[in-house]
Amino acid sequence: MAMDSGAPRESFRLSMLLYDTRYRSYTIQIFALMLLMLGAAWLIDNTIQNLAALGKDFSFRFLWSTAGFDISQRPIEYDSQMSHGRAAIVGLLNTIILAIMACALATVLGVLAGVLRLSNNWMVARLMTVYVEVFRNIPTLLWILVFGAIMTEAMPPPSAFRGDTPAASMLLFDSVALTNRGVYVPEPLFTRSLGSIDLGGVRPSLDAIAFVLVVALSIWANIRLIRHATAVQNATGVRPKTWWKSLLILFGPAIALLLALGFHLGYPELRGFNFGGGIHLRNSLIAMWLGLGIYTGAFIAEIVRAGILAISRGQTEAAFALGLQPGKTMRLVILPQALRVIIPPLISQYLNITKNTSLGLAVGYMDLRSTLGGITINQTGRELEGMMLMMLIYLAVSLTISGAMNIYNSRIKLKER
Amino acid sequence: MSDTHAQTVAFVRDTMLPEREPPILERGAVKWMRENLFNGIISTALTVLSVLVVAWGVAEIGPWLMRSIWDAESLSGCRQILDGASGACWAVIKDRWHQLMFGFYPPDLYWRPVLTLILLFVALGPILFPWVPRGMIRFSAIYPFLGYFLLWGGSVWFPVSVALGFVAGYAALVAFRSLGTLVSTIAAIIAPILWWLIAAGTLTAVLDSIVPLGLERVDSDEFGGFLISLVIGFTGIGLSLPMGILLALGRQSNMILIKSVCVTFIEFIRGVPLITLLFTAQLLLGYFLPPGTSFDLILRVVIMVTFFAAAYIAEVVRGGLAALPRGQYEAADALGLDYWRAQRLIIMPQALKISIPGIVNTFIGLFKDTTLVVFIGLLDPVGLSNAIRASSDWQGIYWELFIFIGAVFFIFCFGMSRYSMYLERRLQTDHR
Amino acid sequence: MKKSIFLGTLAAAALTAGTAVAQDTLEEVRDRGELNCGVSTGVNGFSAPDANGVWQGFDVAFCRAVAAVVLDDPMAVNFVPTTGQTRFTALTSGEVDLLSRNTTWTFSRDVDLSLTFVGVNYYDGQGFMVDRALGVTSATELDGATVCIQTGTTTELNLADFFRVNNMSYEPVPIETNAEAQQQYLAGACDVYTTDASGLAATRASFENPDDHAILSEIISKEPLGPAVRQGDDHWADLNRWVLNALIAAEELGVTSANLAELAEGTDNPEINRLLGTEGDLGEMLGLDSEWAQRALAVGGNYGEIFANNIGEQTPIGLARGLNAQWTQGGLIYAPPVR
Repeated sequence: MAMDSGAPRESFRLSMLLYDTRYRSYTIQIFALMLLMLGAAWLIDNTIQNLAALGKDFSFRFLWSTAGFDISQRPIEYDSQMSHGRAAIVGLLNTIILAIMACALATVLGVLAGVLRLSNNWMVARLMTVYVEVFRNIPTLLWILVFGAIMTEAMPPPSAFRGDTPAASMLLFDSVALTNRGVYVPEPLFTRSLGSIDLGGVRPSLDAIAFVLVVALSIWANIRLIRHATAVQNATGVRPKTWWKSLLILFGPAIALLLALGFHLGYPELRGFNFGGGIHLRNSLIAMWLGLGIYTGAFIAEIVRAGILAISRGQTEAAFALGLQPGKTMRLVILPQALRVIIPPLISQYLNITKNTSLGLAVGYMDLRSTLGGITINQTGRELEGMMLMMLIYLAVSLTISGAMNIYNSRIKLKER
Repeated sequence: MSDTHAQTVAFVRDTMLPEREPPILERGAVKWMRENLFNGIISTALTVLSVLVVAWGVAEIGPWLMRSIWDAESLSGCRQILDGASGACWAVIKDRWHQLMFGFYPPDLYWRPVLTLILLFVALGPILFPWVPRGMIRFSAIYPFLGYFLLWGGSVWFPVSVALGFVAGYAALVAFRSLGTLVSTIAAIIAPILWWLIAAGTLTAVLDSIVPLGLERVDSDEFGGFLISLVIGFTGIGLSLPMGILLALGRQSNMILIKSVCVTFIEFIRGVPLITLLFTAQLLLGYFLPPGTSFDLILRVVIMVTFFAAAYIAEVVRGGLAALPRGQYEAADALGLDYWRAQRLIIMPQALKISIPGIVNTFIGLFKDTTLVVFIGLLDPVGLSNAIRASSDWQGIYWELFIFIGAVFFIFCFGMSRYSMYLERRLQTDHR
Repeated sequence: MKKSIFLGTLAAAALTAGTAVAQDTLEEVRDRGELNCGVSTGVNGFSAPDANGVWQGFDVAFCRAVAAVVLDDPMAVNFVPTTGQTRFTALTSGEVDLLSRNTTWTFSRDVDLSLTFVGVNYYDGQGFMVDRALGVTSATELDGATVCIQTGTTTELNLADFFRVNNMSYEPVPIETNAEAQQQYLAGACDVYTTDASGLAATRASFENPDDHAILSEIISKEPLGPAVRQGDDHWADLNRWVLNALIAAEELGVTSANLAELAEGTDNPEINRLLGTEGDLGEMLGLDSEWAQRALAVGGNYGEIFANNIGEQTPIGLARGLNAQWTQGGLIYAPPVR
């Protein structure tokens, strides 16, 4: 009897695993975990069996064997006697180069088109609408092929530049040649070059490093100057004139360095079958760049437009009431707020560009997908290892971009209190 | 006083002046142009630039379009008719349009894909437009089986017995309802699987031997052109929506394991290009399946495309879920609804409404991405344009094919984006 | 919305298409009633669909001969177009039973990629095609040239080796399909197009002005092309090997599609009799009936006839027999004895 007087303490029963919400989630999770492990074991077991049946092992040794094929666009030194791994790195660098170029083009076009679509100029707004709708609604692969076809079909072959009365001529004072093998632009050359250093197979030019360093230092100095000017303005109310100092700081050292190194431009000229000298932007690169850049630009235009429209009209009116000029209103009031709306979708567009560089094979661009995922897999028969490695690399690149952009995004985020 | 008055009166007009025309600069077309085309230096410059661009485009393409050739056997035939002038050779479309549309589908069976497409719109009607009678939704439910039967043919009993699997699932759900939602849900999942694995095959064979009813079978490798784009696109769209919603819910879940699985899946799929997934479908799936199994390439592609779109839809739906006020969840709990009821009746209708533009955009993207199957050897419109160019008749023809394919894609995608706008307006329930 | 299409097709695939790679390919093909044959996506004369969508060509003829032997119907072939990149996976994954697609027999393909080449039906070598207007007469004058190549083939490796050995530089333009390469070459986006000499001849034949283009005399590689099957099914490999050998032996023995019916009655030549099944039980050894070779020969005739009708000198491709003549004629085509 005395036992009954205690508080009713429910003991654990097996059925509680199913009916008690406190325990049910564990049941489900353990069940799911078992299923997951079973599934994984099944897949791995199948793979082992299949590999055994084909007489293959699972190893990445093929990355160190001789590649045997050539790549036309080589950001780092490479020839056919180097390894498959090296070829994959060349491909990865090509992917990154293309992605950066396309992102830049898409951003410029997108911001322009997005702002102009809101312009009160009827003609321009309509034209931009047509641009956005046409490019957004047709697959990017088609655009890449179209630009590829334009480059090969509509441009003259190098032989058309030959002879006394050539059928085609170079543009911009004989400095740029548009041919159906690509675009040749002048290259920077230095008479008193600093040479290059050897970093384990990669040979960056010291000239380029010096130039980048000087420019970076100038920009840093300029930021200091502007901060100082702002400090003076805050203290005294008068902003000192800085524009000529800025110009001097920004361009002076760079120009001095170029002069010291004996900078001049190497113009492309006909040599043998092709143009020699200058930088050769191959058709495949141009087609991919234009295709991806202009296509994604249309999406960015919509993002920019939506971002600007999201800022309420009152903000502009308030800025005007404070006496800000339209330019400053845009720069100081609208844009900082609009950017918050614009940045996250912009990041995913950059990611899309990076992933879409894998369409390079359509026009023969030797990116990661065409080297590691194409020729290497095909020559060595290592589909499993090659595809897994390629996916991991793409994943790493994507996560890096989104990570970097997320950090930036959190910095400009609205600080709520 | 009166004096002044008398003097002023002489200057007071007691009738209204007739209204005068506004000055020429402030009315009609001139005013509109001043306001919309030439309001400022930059604007004027932009207008002039745009006019130049448009004029250049028309001058370049206009004459080419004006001299269109519709009747020719080959590109050289076109060139003969044009006699040196440049003109569009649409004869290639006329010659090959059936291939661009249907691929290698048997020509005498073209009515089947066409009927499937028409029925697709009928089936989508009750889902897309509110004014279509609700009863039609029953047709939408059987449409997938009908569509499969029409496109691939074969025995009619096969889709019927597959459909019976869903009936089995529903029956299990009802039968085990007394044992609680969890058990009945599991039963509803297991019952159809058992049905398909064990009973469906035999049932098909038995029924087929009793009443041999069916259409001529068409294999997947005879599919091509826009038929393949539409099949992959629409099946992918249809399948990825439920999967995407489940993934989004999984990502929101409190169960750490479920959540991490969903997050890994979503981030992995979103981090790699679609084309690597397609290559996986083609090159690697054989490694992961038991030795000796392999199945239809189109199906493999549909699965991969579905995974791909589902990851994106999951993110869109997650955005919608995040935008819902916390109070909605609490209100659902307060009403005593269990998890699935709360999702079905309270959360999802609102979250999905918010996510509609994103979902439609994902769909448009998915449809456009079907062109990537050309890389794994399926003959979609882009692949066929290559094949057409490979024949000696049409060697060197580019623009006409690109324009045609681009135009068809434009019509579909533009249509979908307009529909999304209509839907957004229709579902706009807040008062403005 | 349409969940069931997926499940439906999945089940459909599991039920109908499933279990492709069984141990016994012959049985598999017979059950299916169709031979899955991997061919190239389109090389004039070797394999390409004609205006009615029926595949024609030298490589296609072998598929048809095998189908005739196994299924008694030369049209019961399901042609699977494969690209340079997908062909081996298509074979090893069981998507095709037989790969008859100008594929070079190399050590690593035979050993590492687990293929079994059943013989050589065309001895080829990599050559160069240039526009005559360039005035190039030898491949050694190609220093600095832009070269169009098809990716995923042995040609890009040979090319790299050739230019390296001769200490010349070049600019490779990798292209996925023969048709696209042709287009780029014609537009002048590359100076040289390189692939197997037979492919060059076939490509040149489809040009508007074939005479404007020259195929350089240098052949920079050995390319023995032949049909391949999966490793591990020796019976299937034997069957395919002997279909090929039967076609070759028939030419040597003078059995043609014209006199096949007459010779099948029985002749004085015991080797012909053994081949055509009027003597001995060779067919049984292969697990076939005795008339197997007759059916193979009835489709397109013997090796010589297939060659002449698809790529020979009377066709637009216009290839001479050259190395591909019978060994009795000074060529390399040689069938082991049928006994």
